[in-house]
Parts: sequence; structure tokens; C-alpha cells
Amino acid sequence: MNREDLIGELKNIVGDRFVLVEKEDVIVYEQDGSIFQVMPEIVVLPGDVEQVSAVVKLAKQAAVPIVPRGSGTGLAGGAVPAEGGIVLSLARLNRILKIDLENRIAIVEPGVINLDVTKAVAKDGFFYAPDPSSQAACSIGGNVANNSGGPHTLAYGVTTNHVLGVEAVLDDGVIVWLGGEVPDTPGYDLCGVFVGSEGTLGVVTKVAVKLMQTRESVRTLLAIFDEMDNATQTVVDITAAGIIPAALEMMDRTTIEAIERGAPVGFPRDAEAVLIVEIEGLTEHTDRSASLARAICQRNGAREVKLAADEAERQRLWKGRKGAFGAMGTLAPNYYVQDGVVPRSKLPEMMRRIAAISKQFNLRIANVFHAGDGNLHPNILFDMRAPGELDRVIEAGAATLRACIELGGSITGEHGVGLEKKAYIGLLFNEADLEAMARVRRVFDPDNRFNPAKLFPTPASCGEIRLQPAQIPAGLWI
Amino acid sequence: MELLRNKPGDTATTKVPALDLPELYQCVHCGLCLNQCPTYRALHLEPESPRGRIHLVKAAAEGRIELNDRFKEHIYLCLLCRACETACPSGVQYGRIAETAREQLGPPGSPFARAVLNFVFTRLLPYPRRLRFVFNLLRLYQRSGLQRIARSLLPGKLREMDSMLPTVPAKFYYPVTSILPAIGERRAKVAMLNGCVMPLLFGDVNEATVRVLRRNGCDVVLPKNQICCGALNIHNGESAAAKQMAAIVVNSAGCGAAMKEYGYLLRDDLAYRDKAARFSSLVKDTGEYLAGIGLVAGLRPVEMTVTYQDPCHLAHGQRVRAQPRTLLQSIPGLKLVEMDGADRCCGSAGIYNLTHADMSQHLLKEKMQAVTATHVDAVVAPNPGCMLQLRYGTQRFGPDVKIYHLMDLLDRACSETDLTPK
Ligand SMILES: Cc1cc2nc3c(=O)[nH]c(=O)nc-3n(C[C@H](O)[C@H](O)[C@H](O)COP(=O)(O)OP(=O)(O)OC[C@H]3O[C@@H](n4cnc5c(N)ncnc54)[C@H](O)[C@@H]3O)c2cc1C
Ligand code: SF4
Ligand code: SF4
Repeated sequence: MNREDLIGELKNIVGDRFVLVEKEDVIVYEQDGSIFQVMPEIVVLPGDVEQVSAVVKLAKQAAVPIVPRGSGTGLAGGAVPAEGGIVLSLARLNRILKIDLENRIAIVEPGVINLDVTKAVAKDGFFYAPDPSSQAACSIGGNVANNSGGPHTLAYGVTTNHVLGVEAVLDDGVIVWLGGEVPDTPGYDLCGVFVGSEGTLGVVTKVAVKLMQTRESVRTLLAIFDEMDNATQTVVDITAAGIIPAALEMMDRTTIEAIERGAPVGFPRDAEAVLIVEIEGLTEHTDRSASLARAICQRNGAREVKLAADEAERQRLWKGRKGAFGAMGTLAPNYYVQDGVVPRSKLPEMMRRIAAISKQFNLRIANVFHAGDGNLHPNILFDMRAPGELDRVIEAGAATLRACIELGGSITGEHGVGLEKKAYIGLLFNEADLEAMARVRRVFDPDNRFNPAKLFPTPASCGEIRLQPAQIPAGLWI
Repeated sequence: MELLRNKPGDTATTKVPALDLPELYQCVHCGLCLNQCPTYRALHLEPESPRGRIHLVKAAAEGRIELNDRFKEHIYLCLLCRACETACPSGVQYGRIAETAREQLGPPGSPFARAVLNFVFTRLLPYPRRLRFVFNLLRLYQRSGLQRIARSLLPGKLREMDSMLPTVPAKFYYPVTSILPAIGERRAKVAMLNGCVMPLLFGDVNEATVRVLRRNGCDVVLPKNQICCGALNIHNGESAAAKQMAAIVVNSAGCGAAMKEYGYLLRDDLAYRDKAARFSSLVKDTGEYLAGIGLVAGLRPVEMTVTYQDPCHLAHGQRVRAQPRTLLQSIPGLKLVEMDGADRCCGSAGIYNLTHADMSQHLLKEKMQAVTATHVDAVVAPNPGCMLQLRYGTQRFGPDVKIYHLMDLLDRACSETDLTPK
């Protein structure tokens, strides 16, 4: 099948308008939220699952790689078509198909925006728990593929804890349901296998998610510190005291500066670190835990601890936190974000190491992270146009990941491996571990056509990936 | 399938330094703007999103793509509503990127359409007398029965355009005196933009605005020889400043947004930039200004349920959202019900409703559905473009509600007339 035939057939399936081939169209799909760029040959936007199936079948026939894409907010290059081929955007599959409040589930298409699920049920007192900071933009399909977390992961867990089943299109176009609408379906947990598979096993076309009931009360504290060490120690002490906050987030001085320059929310610019501590539950419980948390902050030398007076103030704090990544653009033209994990008790040590790395490589690093989980996001700020700087940045990034592993942690908390981390995955797993995963992949994707050159430490076609000054805006994140 | 490969590093054409704006480098490609963009929401195509358009402009600046028709389509399908600026955590000033791209590309449309637009912008809008003449003709056309005859003869598309023509009111607003004194205790002296089209199509709104300002203690100065805000010369502003004006108030969101930008537009003009910046700093939307000084006039009840449509150039362009709502809620008896997507563009967007009728009507239809769901008596939208579009929306899609300017309702609350819908 030649290019023209393939394009013609694709147009027959999804309609002319939804097959993009002009350079002025496909170039937009060369990048996601990361710094990697590879231009697809064709972008296809199917409108329903039958069309997805037909496109996948056709791609197999033509032996072309196929890369699913949700909203393209991923930070590891997951939706970048490393070996070219077809980008399959699920953006048009954006219907909420069913809401069953009695059984607390919703069935949604993969292109539905994360926040829209919560919006659809909020008036009835429910919400969808995983809340990546990108929740106003990222898709449920992308969340499933990356097993995404968010600030409230601390209390509620990550995506896999909230997905009961998925409908998927397999490599030969067959449509299957994995898992179901109730927990614990018998047999292999294939739904669990698909969650976190980063688009390498098939295309997710429906997702059954759990809905949770809104908590009776929520208390949100902002604690302001003049010393980073005191802030990290507070995180350790709060969890040690048996308080389980719904969220426990930290931002350092540089991050505060970025937020206040971009879309200011009133964080004190002269503080070394601020913590957001959020506690949910019954009113009695939240009041008690909040005053305990406040006492711990004060014992650790917090300059000030403020309780959000109302929902508007709470929203303002979260707006600052959730906009932190995007705001980095106000400090430097580029930044590179790491996504590492350390055991919570090692946080103070890890922050000292990051400070040392920042000095050693002479690079500014802004820290903003899910402190409660020990999930770090150091943003290395730089300018790609400065000669040699990118090399230093990559070295500094590797140094932070090595530090995470030395302290008993991991190289990705929630952003996935994608293109970015595949060189590092060997640090975490041995060959036998990796081979077990590769076998699973071969079962579902025998021709290695679903999102090739991702996740596994293959050298792949990195020669084609653009990472050039002035062409790449910025980096990863959070 | 090796033959399919694009060579990603390929440079297609020459670089375009004029497009290489600093704003481009502030975009971190996070995608948080996508879902707030009306054209992306409608089509789900990334080239029709803010991030996509920024990416395209950057690629064009770098010489990776040509400034061809396809590129142009993407840039011109944008409404310039600037909802993406509100959504962006990195403070990217998308509007400046898009305007610069449009300058490079030149105007859209057929040569004929371009000639017409050029005529309107350079020969008509800057000349109040010519403009008044045209509107007189239009009024004659509408009232003499000619329009009825024309409608039966015109082909479909033109007939639809004709039906979008606003009805020209019987009265224009050009007060004879240029200073209208405060009623009651005098608190401030403000200059007011009468505008180019406002006095012709919305003379009643301008009249109402003047009354509301006066009743709330403002001397209102209507500078003579005003022309279209886009061309309003800075001397006017300079003399306004010299006369110790507290503010230059504007009741059309589009004009206000433009006037607040003069400082930026003339940033390279050594002779004018300071004056322009001072002028811009005095410009206030009428609602913004009144909420700031607080209402002192006694307010009579207006028994009505309304919803508020944020004009793009007010909410996104000037970041004015709370003030008009506060003013509405201060009117006794008036109930404000928020609609879904209140700050989403209604599809009016200047002349966009004529150049991109399909997208415009799609957005208008969604808007009217959101209005329907609120079960209100009226929609308040303090901007003439939005008011015309929404009025057309009530005719074409329903519901049958009234469309008011914020100043209409404040005026009724401040005066004797009862505005409760019959
Ligand atoms: C500002 C910002 C904040 C962020 N905050 C967080 C955070 O707090 N926590 C967090 O975990 N992540 C965060 N992220 C990362 C990102 O938003 C998540 O990884 C998100 O889940 C990606 O969703 P998406 O729809 O954008 O997917 P994309 O980026 O489009 O794709 C991600 C991966 O999923 C695959 N994929 C997408 N849809 C499907 C499908 N239907 N079937 C199969 N595979 C599919 C793609 O092939 C790719 O490998 C953040 C990103 C940004 C820009
Ligand atoms: S939100 Fe701002 S930084 Fe993010 S992609 Fe859009 S314009 Fe760029
Ligand atoms: S100005 Fe409006 S239409 Fe244009 S890109 Fe921004 S949000 Fe979209």
C-alpha cells in the first residue's frame, strides 16, 4: 500500500477533515508537554470505537507505527511518534457515556478531560479522585496510559486504584473489555496491565472509573518557612504523627517567584518554602488534624500558618500550585523537570543533595512536589540557546535521579517512562524483570507497532529526535 | 514504510525574523489552554488551538513551514478572544503573537472582501460624518420596505447576511453639549468615549451610561471630534489627562481593551510612548470604574432574573469579571444566575461572524443553549458586538430573552422607569 492509498483509505474511514497530512497541520503534533519533537506523517482523529478499530487494522496492513495521543500534556514524550507513522488522536472521543451514582461509577470515552468527569458529578456530591495538576487539560485515556497521580494521590492513590475496566482496541482491530464495572473480575487483571502501559499495548477506547463521594469538610493550611530544612522536616513529622492529609505539597522560593510572576496568587516571595496541607473528612476530624498539623508546623519554626478562610481562598492556593509548572516559562526559556521518588524520611537529605547539584552544575533548580509521597519534581531552569548548557542540564538531571536511587527511591513517580526515561529504566529493573515486561508487550503488540521505541531501553531512532536550541520551548514536569 | 518519513530537521523555507517574538519562548507547551479555546473545543484539532497556533508561528519564524494559505486558515480561524491568555499559567500574551502573524499574512478572504474591509476601516470608521451618512441610508433601507423586497430577491447566503444586519434605531446619540455635570454631590470628572458605531446603533446605551455616571457623582466630558477608538489620537487623551480627568471611561469592551493597549502599541515611538502609556493607564471600563468608586445613587428594584455574558475583551482582554457582577447584584430584586461557560466567546468577535459564519453560528448556538438552561429573562453583555450577536441568537436559536448592556439595567435601577418584563 502506498502513501496515497493509505491516506485515501483513512479518509474513507474517518472523513476528509479528520485525516491531517499537510505539514502545516501535522507539525503541531510533533511534540507533547515534553521537549521531544518528531513529526508524524499522518494524524488521524476517529470519531468512535469502530473507526478506531478500522484505523488500527489498516495500520497493521500497511505496517505503519501507530501512536495514541490524548491531550498531549505528557511530560516524557509518550505521545511523540518516535518512529514517525500515524498519530491517532482520541480527542474526539469525548463523551461521558454513563453516570451511575448508585454504584458510583462512570463510563467515559478516553478523550474526556479529567476535570470534566468531576464537573459532571460535582452537583450530586461526587468527584473523580486522581487530580493531576494538568487536570483541566489532560485526558482520561492519557491518565490511564500513564497511571497518573496528582496532589491528592497521597490519600486516594493513583489512576489504577480508580479504574475498574477499560475497553481497548487490540493490534488486529479486535475490540475487547478488560476488567468490568465491578471490582475484582475473575481471571488475569488485564485492566491492570493496560493501566500504565503508555500506549504500547493497544488503544483504550472506554474507561469505567470509580466516583467518590465529596468529603463533608476540608481544611487547607498554607505554612510558610524561612528554612527549607524545617519545611521538609515538617513533612516527615506530620506523617509520623499519624495524620494522613489528602494532600501535602511543597514549593520552594524559586517556584514561588515563578508563580508570582506568571499568574500571582499571593504566595510570600521572600519565603524559602511553603507547604500546602489539606485535610479532608468529617468536620470533627479535620478540625482536630488541622490544629495538630498547625502545631507541628509551628514546632518546626514556621514563620506563619494560615488556614484558608473559604473555598475561594482554597481555590487560590491550588491555582498557584497547579499553575507552577506552566509558570516556569516566566523565569527561563527552558526547563527540564525530573520526576523522582524518595522515601519520605529522606526528603531533607534529598533537598540538600539537590541544592548541592544546583551549585555543582551552576544551574538554577526550582522545586515543587508532592511532598507527602516523596515524589519530587526538580525543574532545572536553563536556556537552550546558551552553548553547552543543555549538556550540563542532562548531567544534572541524571545526578538527581542517581541520588533518588541511592536514597532508596525510584526514577519516576507519575510521569511515565516514555522517551525520556527509557535510558534510565535499566537502573531500576534487571534484565529478567525487563524481559518479563517485554513478553507481555509481545503478546499484545507482536509487530512492535504500538508506540514503538518507548518504555524499553532500546536505542531506537533517537537520531531523528529534535532537541535543538530555539526550536524547543521548554521542558517536562510535575 | 520508509517512504513515509518526513525529515523532521528539514528547513522548508526562509526564516521570518519579524515573527520571532519573545512571547513565543514563554510558551512551555503544557496544553493547559487547549480546553478553554472555543475553536479547539469545536473541532478538537490541535492546529486550531492556542498551543498549536503558537507552534505554527514559531515554526514559520524558524523557516520550517511556509506562510501559505493553510497556515493562514489556522491563524484566521482564531477568534482573538484571548481565553487562552486567561488559562495560561505562564502569562503568554497570545494576542500579540496572533496580531503579529496577521500583520505578516495580510488580511484574509477574497480580493473583493478585502477591498470592502479596507474601505470600511480606512474610509468610513475614522470619519464620523460619513459613518452617520451610511447608517442613515441603512435606516432608510430598513424602514422604507426596501429590505422586505430585497429579502425576497436575494440569494440564500446574502439573505442570511442581510438578516444579521442590526436594526438601526430611530435616534442616534450625539449630545450638543460636551460637558454633562454630575447630579448630586460631585465626586469625579471623567471623559467618556462615545465611539464610532456605539452612538449610531446603541445611542440609548450611551445615553444611559452618561445618566448612570452623572447620578453617581461624575461630571461627564464627551470630547469633541472623537473618532474610532482604533484611530483615536493620543492628543485627545493627552488633553484629557491635562484636564485632570479621573478616568477615561469606555462602555464598549473591545474599544476599552484596545485603548488600554496604546502604551504597548506605541512602545517604539519615542515621541508618543510616554503619553500613550499615561493615556492607557487612565482608561477604564465603565463597569470597572463604577464598581471602583462605588454606587451612591439610590437603587430601585428591578425584578428580573438575568445571566451575565463575559465579553471576551472585558474578561480576557481586561481581566474585568467580578466588577460587573457586583454591580448587577447590588440592584435590589435582580437575580443573577451563572450560565455554563459564561466567559466563552459567543462567536461575534468583530467581523468574524461574517468571515467565518459556520464557526460563529456553531458557537452562538452553544451559547444560546447555555442561556436556555438558566431560565432567565435576560442576558447582560456589556459590549455592542456581543449584544448584536446575542440578539441575532435569540431570533435564530431562541430562547426569547432580552439582551441588555450593564448600563441599561443600572440606568433603570437609578431612574423611575420600571423594567420588569411584561
Ligand atoms: C502542567 C502539567 C501538570 C502535570 N501534572 C501532573 C501530575 O500532577 N501528575 C501526573 O501524573 N502527571 C502530570 N502531568 C503529566 C500529564 O498531564 C499526564 O501524564 C497525563 O496523564 C497525560 O494525559 P494526556 O491526555 O495529555 O496524554 P498524552 O500526553 O497525549 O499521552 C500520554 C501517553 O498516553 C498514551 N495514550 C493517550 N491516550 C491513550 C489511549 N486512549 N489509549 C492508549 N494510550 C493512550 C500516549 O501514547 C502516551 O504514551 C502534568 C503535565 C502538565 C503539562
Ligand atoms: S497554556 Fe500557555 S504555556 Fe501552556 S501551551 Fe498554552 S500558551 Fe503555551
Ligand atoms: S484567542 Fe481564542 S480562539 Fe484564538 S487561540 Fe486563543 S482561545 Fe483560541
